[in-house]
Amino acid sequence: MVDVAFQPNSVAPARSTRKRASLRVALKRKSTAAFLMTLPLILLVGILVVYPAFYSLHLATLNKSMQRFVGFGNFEFLFKRETFWLVVKQSCIFALSAVFFKALIGFVVAHLVHNVPAKGQRKWRGMLLVPWVIPPAMSTLAWLWLFDPSYSAFNYTLAFFGIGPISWLGEPNWARFSVILVNVWFGAPFFMIMYLASLKSVPEQLYEAAAIDGANWWQRIWYVTLPMMRNIIAITTLFSLIVTFANFDITRILTAGGPLDHTHIFATWAFRVGIEGSDLPLGASVSLFMVPILAIAAVFILRDINKRGNEA
Amino acid sequence: MADVTLRKVVKRYDDVEAVRGIDLDIADHEFVVLVGPSGCGKSTTLRMIAGLEDITDGDIMIGGDVVNDVPPKDRDIAMVFQNYALYPHMTVAENMSFGLRLKHYPKAEIKTRIDEAARMLDIVELVDRKPKQLSGGQRQRVAMGRAIVRNPKVFLFDEPLSNLDAKLRVQMRIEIKKVHQKVRTTTVYVTHDQVEAMTLADRVVVMNKGRIEQIGTPNDLYHHPATRFVAGFIGSPAMNFLPCRLEETSGQLHVRLTDRIAFALPPARAAHYQSVARNEKLLLGLRPEHIAEAKAHPEPGVEPFDAVLDVTEPMGMETFVYFTLEGTQVCGRVSPNAGARATGPLRLAVDLNNMHLLNEGTGAVI
Repeated sequence: MVDVAFQPNSVAPARSTRKRASLRVALKRKSTAAFLMTLPLILLVGILVVYPAFYSLHLATLNKSMQRFVGFGNFEFLFKRETFWLVVKQSCIFALSAVFFKALIGFVVAHLVHNVPAKGQRKWRGMLLVPWVIPPAMSTLAWLWLFDPSYSAFNYTLAFFGIGPISWLGEPNWARFSVILVNVWFGAPFFMIMYLASLKSVPEQLYEAAAIDGANWWQRIWYVTLPMMRNIIAITTLFSLIVTFANFDITRILTAGGPLDHTHIFATWAFRVGIEGSDLPLGASVSLFMVPILAIAAVFILRDINKRGNEA
Repeated sequence: MADVTLRKVVKRYDDVEAVRGIDLDIADHEFVVLVGPSGCGKSTTLRMIAGLEDITDGDIMIGGDVVNDVPPKDRDIAMVFQNYALYPHMTVAENMSFGLRLKHYPKAEIKTRIDEAARMLDIVELVDRKPKQLSGGQRQRVAMGRAIVRNPKVFLFDEPLSNLDAKLRVQMRIEIKKVHQKVRTTTVYVTHDQVEAMTLADRVVVMNKGRIEQIGTPNDLYHHPATRFVAGFIGSPAMNFLPCRLEETSGQLHVRLTDRIAFALPPARAAHYQSVARNEKLLLGLRPEHIAEAKAHPEPGVEPFDAVLDVTEPMGMETFVYFTLEGTQVCGRVSPNAGARATGPLRLAVDLNNMHLLNEGTGAVI
């Protein structure tokens, strides 16, 4: 009974010291320290990414003069526009084909570089990275001149074979081809360097075991290299899909969306209607369309990685 | 099943000669172990048999056919690697069946072979797991299973037990021996561990610096080594080598170790060494078990002497004693009851019936 009588008095101070102690414990915990250290970056991301994202969500619900709330009005308007569906189609064609060829070329070139003797490899690696390290705005200008219909190196060379002149940027399908080509040229080195790193981490003995098991070179790639590179392929593809889908500079400089909007992708068209057409809410609505498409791609690709995560 | 023949096989990397013209005949069903220190060319030799390395010169024959330019997949061999080299993305069953699937074997046949191999290696319950979920010993079993299901002409093992701990290594060694007794496939096995070599092999090939030092049965190599290298490499603790000379005193051939210590040779040995020049610099080779405690009634050829011990190593069933003779450390093996104490004196005896005499310059056993 005596003990119980004392208890109410002793509880209060005990609780406060426990609180202080738990704060000290929390600060000592690794996860707390990690959180505090990443806090500046989280704040930066918050300011630079989250705020504009929500602001564009807000913008998309306003009318052209940004005075009146229209709800889904901008989207309803977009769905009725033929150009919008053209942009959707073109964005998909552009991103999928560019990423596919970037990955394919990156994969092949990574294998070629991997087989170069170690002495010369640095040199080749460096040279092959050049397209990726030049600011794309500048290198695209060079491409613009290469694609010039009358005086360009391409048409000049093709003339020797009696071909052309080709209107690289003037004819819709050639223009699409050219834009994709430059994007592939710019992006393939990234795939090459990622795949090369991944290739180097595949144990040589797996190939030897496969060679003894009777696999030819193609079967070695199919049954050993590709499965071992699955995760890196998935991540680079997702990453590149996002970057390519949101690409702006190359298309803007080469064709500015022309001819007749036939090379517009989301970013360039959003720029056209939002900035050049002075309809920011509509531009914001266009750019928001990238989010659900990329989110679906991300879910599919990353889910696969999680499934295989603890295998290698 | 097939025999394997190497004829003057050479492997040169730029300016380094890794394998310097070796000749080797491996009979059908035979278990041959290539053993030697690291860098002796044993792994390179195995990889040349596998076809993973080109040969610079010479011929390799499997089953009578020269396979110099035949790619590994057409040599009908199976190899077990040191780090197992299992495909991490395939299950155990898929790993084992990979070679068969590539050759388009019927599914039923593949299943029978996997079941059979899995039962032989006691991994039946593991066939649906991925390599990551297996322990080192289990992975090694799977790697062996992958070799067995192929039913190849030749098994090649490249230091397969080096990544396992000591206890597991002994267990897997027995496992490998059992498998070979069952399937009887010609086997070439590379190791740097002389115990593995001795316990597994029908014949051991001791290699050093790209050459074959000696080929023989484990007992042959142990009791009749041809060179100082083989004598020192095979056996643990290693054979003792003591500088000595032969001299004749009152019609009896003696081996003189120091000014104070000289042993009379038993008649059989004396006859064998009669022609050796008396002033030639020689080495007396004695295994630790032939330096034991002196007995009250020694057998003929066993000569006693006094030693002051530096170190003793009680091993339980025996005790190793170390002492110094003219600056050379010598190891002997005495019974645990011999009263050997560190830094104490002990009367030992050498069994000259089992002695070896080596030419100090050439290292050849006389």
